[in-house]
Amino acid sequence: MTAAPRRGSALRRLWTSEDARRGFACVVGGLVLAVMTGPEGSSTAPTSGFTGSLFHARVIGFIVFGLVLWGLITVRRRYATQVRAFSDKVTAAPRRLLPDKRVRAVVYLAVLAFAIAYPATLNSFWQEVLVDQIGVYVLLAIGLNVVVGYAGLLDLGYIAFFAIGAYSAAYWTGALPIHPPFHLNPFYAIPLAIIAAMLAGVVLGAPTLRLRGDYLAIVTLGFGEIIQIVATNLQGVTGGAQGVIGIPHFSIHLLGIHYDWGINSLPYYYLLLGFVVLVLFGFHFLENSRVGRAWVAIREDEVAAESSGINVLKYKVMAFAIGASTSGFAGMLEASKISFVEPADLTVQLSILILVLVIFGGMGSLPGAVVGAAVLQWLPQYLRVHPLLGFQQQDIYIYLGALLVVMMIFRPEGIIPSRRRKREIGLAEHGVGHADALSGQSGPVA
Amino acid sequence: MCFTQNFWNLVVSGLADGFLYALIAIGYTLVYGVLQLINFAHSEVFMSGGFASYFILNAAIGTSQPHGIGSLAFLALGTVGGGLGGALVAFLLERVAYRPLRRRNAPRLAFLISAIGASYFIYNIAGKEFGRNALEIPSPFTNGPVFSIFGATVQTYYVVIAVSAVIMLVLVDRVVAMTRLGKGIRAVAQDAETASLMGVNIDRVISQTFIIGGILGGAAGFLFGLNAGVVYTMGFTPALKAFTAAVLGGIGNIRGAMIGGLLLGIVENLGVACTQASWRDVVAFGILVLVLLVRPTGILGEQLGRAA
Repeated sequence: MTAAPRRGSALRRLWTSEDARRGFACVVGGLVLAVMTGPEGSSTAPTSGFTGSLFHARVIGFIVFGLVLWGLITVRRRYATQVRAFSDKVTAAPRRLLPDKRVRAVVYLAVLAFAIAYPATLNSFWQEVLVDQIGVYVLLAIGLNVVVGYAGLLDLGYIAFFAIGAYSAAYWTGALPIHPPFHLNPFYAIPLAIIAAMLAGVVLGAPTLRLRGDYLAIVTLGFGEIIQIVATNLQGVTGGAQGVIGIPHFSIHLLGIHYDWGINSLPYYYLLLGFVVLVLFGFHFLENSRVGRAWVAIREDEVAAESSGINVLKYKVMAFAIGASTSGFAGMLEASKISFVEPADLTVQLSILILVLVIFGGMGSLPGAVVGAAVLQWLPQYLRVHPLLGFQQQDIYIYLGALLVVMMIFRPEGIIPSRRRKREIGLAEHGVGHADALSGQSGPVA
Repeated sequence: MCFTQNFWNLVVSGLADGFLYALIAIGYTLVYGVLQLINFAHSEVFMSGGFASYFILNAAIGTSQPHGIGSLAFLALGTVGGGLGGALVAFLLERVAYRPLRRRNAPRLAFLISAIGASYFIYNIAGKEFGRNALEIPSPFTNGPVFSIFGATVQTYYVVIAVSAVIMLVLVDRVVAMTRLGKGIRAVAQDAETASLMGVNIDRVISQTFIIGGILGGAAGFLFGLNAGVVYTMGFTPALKAFTAAVLGGIGNIRGAMIGGLLLGIVENLGVACTQASWRDVVAFGILVLVLLVRPTGILGEQLGRAA
């Protein structure tokens, strides 16, 4: 902005000033935040939401917030060279947070011990939140992390596979209007639910993944919607809009041991914890295996990967199917826990929610997916009990949508970034590689 | 056959749907042409146009019942209002959700995620501010049969959609083919880097592309809302179908989007005649998957620069 127009008016000079524009953006951001947290409008008075949040004393607080933000950014830029020298030291070669392998093992064990001991001290409300809101979503986030983080694909209908898992659990345990040849204990239904979800993933993924990557996103978006319509419409098969009731709980009858998981949340929490730890181990080894390295290669440069003999389509379908089966697994567990599935619960919004969990935590980072899911799922529940700034539960998707945009602009690698993923994004921004698997056949085809 | 009975009725209603899909599909196709990206938030551009025209017509018409020249004037007002609403949202969308990422040369995945986030933000904030029930746009005309063709009666509403859509489609086709702005769009679509070396201001062209797509999408939101009312969820399904239409015709190709839209509208209505109304969206989605399987480049092929 050195060549600022000399003849321009004061207004024009103000507009061309970087500082002024940034200040304007910050204040507008504050006002948007004011509307987001403000009162609701209604169909009879559609402007009341805006007037209630913008022409009210509280707006001053948000303008001040915007100005403070501007001040912080400006100060940061003033001292940019010092800040950069410091942050270069931190981020130049992405290092592990805990470099020593033994220290890491101890930390992980400590976290696990905490996860085992702590929930027993909670009351039943928080125990239920821990299973229905956090545990299941942690599992879902780890699964979607394989698709979005490892393979660099975008799946916007992830909850559809959750539905398939849940409905196959209902089928094999005999809760659906159509009956299976024999009824199974939920434990034996797990592999069948996983296989059903995986098959759906292959059937949907195989044709779509041959094409440009962004087609997958829109096909899965449509698929998520279609599954809901199908589940609602096929009254004779799925029980229709009322949903299915009476999916049995997990139980063990083996070698004289009889145990039923029942309606309490805590036993389910430990079951889920065990499964999550298993899946985490599995995905950790997968990430560092031949398959994981193939995904890295595809992400960084699809053409180079293809010419090095990697069957790109196979590995993409594999990632998609692994993600799908994890979602089916989670659906199966949740269906058995609440012994109920309803099409109205399986909205496309939920798929977006899980995407937010993965993006917030850090694409391609297992600790990121776990922490992201745990924090973002815990926070709304906490705010529901302790309301702050007029937070309303039904507004949650406004915040999540804004969070996605903000994360993509300022921190695309997430709060606990995967070292490799972070480096890739940095490289891609300097024109090396792609950092996603969306660019296949992106050239003009016709 | 199940659809032979009411064939011409289905074709007429299919064409009406098809014109709307074509208008929305142009937005996808133009943005795809210049950025090689699916604009996931286009559904919300469509919705914003619907709401903008609702507020304008509510203030302008009130409880009166316009007829004759008045109807035409209000229709024009609604279309322009919807178009401006859509254009404003599309412009802001490009500024906030796309441009910062473009500056950084971010991976394509980041653009898609950012667009999805913006879409959910706009969608849910509209639900919060404007209520979660459908609002009825005061009708600028009295609906009724106008003429019949092969035994199918054509309603006023269908005539309104067809006439205004044809005008807009012809206009956008000519703008892209003949004006300086269109030349810029085609240049960026063919090769953005070379275009910028030749002195094309890429930022401005991309902004204008979003605005053109937003005008058509917003106007389609008005035409759609005339019949179905406006509600914050109205964008999702029509936009998904319009995307199908864009792929069917060949994404990145303007005339392809028009043909794809009309074709999809007719096929969808004929298909629904063979099933039930509740399977309507499934039919359209089936067409999308089928097209991607059989001819992913669409009927007319891709590339904005060549076909327009």
